[in-house]
Formats: sequence, C-alpha cells, structure tokens
Amino acid sequence: MTDLTKLTLAEARDKLRAGDVTSVELTETFLKAIDDADALNAFVHKTPEIALERAKAADARIAQGDAPDMCGLPIGIKDLFCTKGVASQAASGILEGFTPEYESTVSQKLVDTGAVMLGKLNMDEFAMGSSNETSVYGNAINPWRRGNDDAALTPGGSSGGSASAVAADLCLAATGTDTGGSIRQPAAFTGITGIKPTYGRCSRWGVVAFASSLDQAGPMTKDVRDAAIMLEAMCGHDEKDSTSVDLPVPNFEAMLTGDIRGKKIGIPKEYRMDGMPAEIEKLWEDGTEMLKAAGAEIVDISLPHTKYALPAYYVIAPAEASSNLARYDGVRYGHRATLAAGDGITEMYEKTRAEGFGHEVQRRVMVGTYVLSAGFYDAYYNRARRVRTLIKQDFENVFAQGIDAILTPATPSAAFGLGEMTDADPIQMYLNDVFTVTVNLAGLPGVSVPTGLDSQGLPLGLQLIGRPWEEGDLLNTAYALEQAAGFVAKPGKWW
Amino acid sequence: MSIDESTAAKVAKLARIKVEEDALPALAQEFNAVLGFIEQLNEVDVDGVEPMVSVTPMRLKRRVDVVTDGDQQDKILSNAPDAREGFFAVPKVVE
Repeated sequence: MTDLTKLTLAEARDKLRAGDVTSVELTETFLKAIDDADALNAFVHKTPEIALERAKAADARIAQGDAPDMCGLPIGIKDLFCTKGVASQAASGILEGFTPEYESTVSQKLVDTGAVMLGKLNMDEFAMGSSNETSVYGNAINPWRRGNDDAALTPGGSSGGSASAVAADLCLAATGTDTGGSIRQPAAFTGITGIKPTYGRCSRWGVVAFASSLDQAGPMTKDVRDAAIMLEAMCGHDEKDSTSVDLPVPNFEAMLTGDIRGKKIGIPKEYRMDGMPAEIEKLWEDGTEMLKAAGAEIVDISLPHTKYALPAYYVIAPAEASSNLARYDGVRYGHRATLAAGDGITEMYEKTRAEGFGHEVQRRVMVGTYVLSAGFYDAYYNRARRVRTLIKQDFENVFAQGIDAILTPATPSAAFGLGEMTDADPIQMYLNDVFTVTVNLAGLPGVSVPTGLDSQGLPLGLQLIGRPWEEGDLLNTAYALEQAAGFVAKPGKWW
Repeated sequence: MSIDESTAAKVAKLARIKVEEDALPALAQEFNAVLGFIEQLNEVDVDGVEPMVSVTPMRLKRRVDVVTDGDQQDKILSNAPDAREGFFAVPKVVE
C-alpha cells in the first residue's frame, strides 16, 4: 500500500484520474496526519468539514472526466490569505476572531480548480519575520533535526507553517507569500521547492498586505513539477488588483523538458559574502557544475548594488507596512482594547494597536513611520527608492547581456534553532534574506530548490532568479538542477 | 542620526501605538540599530536616479467608473468589535 501522504501533486493527480484513489481517501489520510502532527504547530486552523465537502465535490468532478490538474488535491493555505468563513488572522492578535466575508483571488482560483483546503497555516505575524517566531500562535517547528539532537529548529519564515507542513507530508502542497524571501528561505530550510513569481503574476487581492510593492504569492511544493502545476493554478489577471498583469498564463508543466543546453547562467560575484560558510560555498559550486554538465554556459556576472538591497528593503518594506497596517484601528474588524473611563478615540487606537501587534510588527510600523515622517522622507524613503531603481538596473543589465537565469545560494545557513536569535539584534535576523530580497526589489521570479544536506544532515537550497514573466523557463532550469542534484532526503518522523 | 527617547515617543505617537515610558530607552536603541544599518544607503551615488514608483513598467489598468458592488452592510459590519444600528460604533470623537 502506497503511503498517500508521500505523493507529489502530479502523482496524486494521476492516481485520482486513474481511479486508484479518491479525493476523500486522500483528504482523510491528510486530516489524520495533521491531527498527529500538532507538535509541529503548522496547521493553526483546521478545516476538516470544508475539506471533506470539497473532496466529495472533486470526486464527482473527476468522475465526469473534466477535472483540472489541482482537482481533489489536498493543500494548506497560509493564514495570510483571506478565506471566506474561516479565521484569517495573519498570525496576529489584532485580527483575533476575524472571519472574512470574502475569499482571496488566489485561494478562490484554487477552490475553482477543485483543490481541497485542509486548513490555515502558521506564519510570522503579518509575514514579518524569518523564523516563524513572531506568530501569535507560537512557533511552527521544522520537521528536520540536527542528527540525533532533538533541539527544535525553525522552519524559516515567514511561510514557516507552509514549509513545515509540506516537508512533513501534512499536505501535498501549500500556498506561501514572499515579500523579502518568505517562500524561498523556508523552502530551503525544509528541503522543499518554493517559487516567488514575477511581481504581478498572482493577484494580491484578499491577501493581507505587508509591503504592497513587494508582496507576491506562490506555491510551496515537494518538487519543481508540482511548483509548475500549482503556480499555473494560482496566477492570472484579476480586475480587483490593478497591479496584476494581463498576460496569458502558460502551461508551466509542459515547459519542463530538462533541456537547458545553451542557456546562460550568471554567477554574481557579489553574492560571495564575507564569512560565507564553506558548506554554502560548496553547495553553490556544486550547483554551478551541475548546470554546466547539463549543457548550460556559466558566466561570471556583477550585480554591483547587491550590498544595498537589505538596507533599502528595511526602509521600503516598513514604510509600506506602516501605511498598510494603519487600517488596524479597532473599528472595523479584529481586536479592540478595553477602554478606561474617559478614554477617547486616540487612546482606543493606541491601546488597541499596542495590545494587538506583536513586538516585531510594532517595531517595523514605527520604523516605517519614522522614515516617512516630515524631514526624513527624502533622506530615507526617497533615497531607498532610488537605490531600488539601481538594483533593478543591475538585473536589467545582465539580462541584456543574454543571461537567462542567475544561480545563488538561497540562504546564508541551514535552519537555526528556535530561540537562538532571540538575543541577537534585529539586523542578524534580517541577514537571512540577504540572497532573496534583491529579487523582490527588482520584481523578478525566484525559485528555491533543495540540492544538498549540511554536515548535520539539514537541507540546503540554491536559488535561481529568472527574467520577468519567464517563470516557465526558470522552472525548467530549476527542473534540470533538481534532476542533477537528486535530492530525496526526508526528515525522520519524530512527531 | 541618533534617536533619543523623546523622538521614540514621538514616533510611537505618530504610529498610534502606546509605548510605556519605561520601554522607551530600549525602543530608541532598537531604532538606532535599524537606522544605523540603513545609513549604508548614504554610500550610494543616486544623483540623477529616479525613485522607483512601479517595479513593472506598466500603465495601471483602468476600468469604467461605475458601482460594481455594494449593498452589503451586514457583511461589512459582521467583524466589527462594536456595531450598532447599522454603523460602526466608536468612543465619542467630538464634545
């Protein structure tokens, strides 16, 4: 008997179509796996009734023979996506009790294809974090451990619950969102695949906003083929998001030939950071060799403004967050503080936001407020936006030279222990996104692919960055890398 | 640029987040750590560089200026911490 939880999306799809298994069977198997995995704290709102109802409908649709790829496939949804009638809190106390009256465009598209939502997944509060430690639900736990050491590790963040759930086989795949690396870093920390598409590919409507010019949704899956299948189901033009692009969505899966002969792969020298662990360096070199062996041409390139991406990000993202999060005022939804006698509306705002927002969110909102305040707007915010232009130009220049994709490490380290960064200053945590944040600032597609293990047995990933709107070609390069790396390790089950 | 406690208090006020007096020194210190990091941007020559407005060179889609939804007062109020008689209720704003 096959262990149904170990299937990929593609395998499960084919089994459903062949009649080897029903969506209800698959769904029941995953619901049990989820109930057995509370120790991972990945699923924070379980929706078994909705899941079984959708599974039954999917089985009927499959029986009729016209089911889309995702039909009947059980997945998890990050808590950042508004889901009608189901708690959607962005892992924040300020949205306690919020149940949307509407469904986000991306999750609605998944519903429309017949995908089965198993529940909502843990994350950093408002997607602000790199370790899932800022969540109001508590930490999500990485199913991977260092050898025989049972210390709990972070699954990364902000899509930590999504990463943990997919790596631990609690769902076939999950949605994530990525503002500075929040899909790719957790994917790398848990040995799974995650793609952030080009800015504008996925509608942001109904996704709780963090930094609107950077936020993009994307799939987190067990392999590259699954990423292609699920990405196609998630993207497409949406009238309700004016930044969503009106371009046809290709059949990404059909583009996975594994043939990358003649492709030019750029290796940016600025990503060779001081103090980079030897294991990461080796991983990157091995990945370069694999692409070369597959027939790609390796080209040394320069992205001179790389160093300034993180500081620019830590102006732009908090600035946009301070504006977006102004809506949490205790009036229309979510938490409202209990007021003392004589408190007016200002006290209501101040107490509500102090009680509802966690520490990191408060800090970022206030940093954003500061960089946008009179007298500093030009010095910080406008300067950061100018630097962002330069960062984007760096990429445009190398693409103009004929580079098809850029290979970099996904993260500067393997997963670290929960609590290990507690005493570090915030900048240490921000450095997690050093290789991924440039991609958001330039609006490009980026994919993280697991390609190796470190000496403690933890997964490591490489990132491929593609040209805008060319996710299909990027996924094909990722597919070639995946084939060459042959990463098959799974975490041992301890939960 | 170094942030002192009174600036931290002012920023907290602008952000409408209540910060207790005794938490201000630590907050100011955190601001300084983050702003110190951001200061690196001053090394970049940005003369003549346009601030980015949109990462994708596209004209935002327009639509006809007509009402496309509405008439859903119950749904809009359904998550309000305090709704009365079809309105959001808040503490007294004007005397």
